[in-house]
Amino acid sequence: MIRLSIPLRQALSRLSLPLLVAAAFGVMLLGKADTVIAERARTALADLLAPIWSVVQRPVDAVRGAVQEADRLLHLREENTRLREENALLRRWQAAALTLEGENGLLRRQLAFLPEGAPSYRTARVVADGGGTYARAVLLAIGPGHMIRKGQIALDERGFAGRVTEVGTRSARVLLATDMNSRVPVTLEGSRARALMAGGNTARPRLQHWPEGLMPQEGERVVTSAETGAFPAGIPVGVVRWSQGGAPEIELYAQLDRLDMVRLFDYGLGGILPPEAVARPEPKGRR
Amino acid sequence: MVPPMPGRRAPKPGLLAALDAFARGGLPTVLTIFAMVLAGGFAVMPGAVAAASLPCIFFWAVFRPAAMPPPAVFLIGLLQDLLTAAPLGSGILVLLLAYGAARAWRRFLARQGFLLVWVCFAGFVAVAGLLGWVLQALLGWRLPPAEPGLWQVLLTIGLYPPLAWLFSRLQSALLDAEVTA
Repeated sequence: MIRLSIPLRQALSRLSLPLLVAAAFGVMLLGKADTVIAERARTALADLLAPIWSVVQRPVDAVRGAVQEADRLLHLREENTRLREENALLRRWQAAALTLEGENGLLRRQLAFLPEGAPSYRTARVVADGGGTYARAVLLAIGPGHMIRKGQIALDERGFAGRVTEVGTRSARVLLATDMNSRVPVTLEGSRARALMAGGNTARPRLQHWPEGLMPQEGERVVTSAETGAFPAGIPVGVVRWSQGGAPEIELYAQLDRLDMVRLFDYGLGGILPPEAVARPEPKGRR
Repeated sequence: MVPPMPGRRAPKPGLLAALDAFARGGLPTVLTIFAMVLAGGFAVMPGAVAAASLPCIFFWAVFRPAAMPPPAVFLIGLLQDLLTAAPLGSGILVLLLAYGAARAWRRFLARQGFLLVWVCFAGFVAVAGLLGWVLQALLGWRLPPAEPGLWQVLLTIGLYPPLAWLFSRLQSALLDAEVTA
């Protein structure tokens, strides 16, 4: 160890805090000037920690499962009644769906319709919160040798959840639809009008830029639109809800506060990705 | 002749003693990092990672500043920025300033009871939250909503008592270890 005189050592220890504050400003500048470095560092750290988080997740899952089980036992009767009613409703829908399926098949045959191939997908486990105070994102643990790339679309079992923004070797970050930076082109299913779903770090993203002279209806279904080449059309997103303040918001189908598994779909779309993402080599065996 | 006092002779400061001192000095930093990684894993509430770091740094800055040197605070802040999607550097700056203020007032704070320290900590968190919001607005060049920041402040204040309880146990254990060593 280097021996320093006591006054020098005191001076150094007094200087270290201001120096480090200056270094913090330097890091801020670096993060602004070179976003790729920041992203690489984030991805490397997430890759390193993903296995740890996967292990931590197990007791968390166990506790969550136990709490859910207790909750289910408490509300068994009400749940049963609700399910009976829903079942009756769904039976009627099933009859309608079967009729429509038959009719659809008939019409397709008449049009010589070429069916689109079913998109491939893989399931990934959510292991950590990847956002922070002013960001909404989750980290996924994915096995090595995966085919996941930026721009893929994450769905939970009910509907649209977000898009993949960073990919490492063992982890991937998904920007959720509720994030402040999330903008998703959507279609209002009733009127076929286009609009934009903008996240605001709240539970319900806002609906913006719908055509003039047309009001989004309360309870109207919202699906994705293929407008920018970033999303396939018709993925279920949510329903329109008018807020107390008189602004249309979207109640998402996806349960973003309790995501545990997501499906990552590859539709082979690369619209509006940042340049450095496009410059990245595509994984082999794709397209 | 005075008979020699019974007892152990002080060991020579060798490699083991240095390692021991190093481990004791580094324990708070390692624990803080551990708490942050763990908080990230419990993805129940967004912002838990950032809420875990400030109580740890405040506690050690007030009660044992030697165990939490400024470079360690810098490292923890960098880790926090990388773990969360916050603009790089904002967490470092907030934590360093909070650390500096806590260390400057430690002579006053360390003599107070738990409740008053907690109230002071709440003030620290409010200022840190405001600073974080301003930095987010400046670096993202967009006005972020205030509500998540408020939740974050409340979560951080709420995390202080359990962490402080744990750390004060550790602190007295460390003091005991130093007395016997």
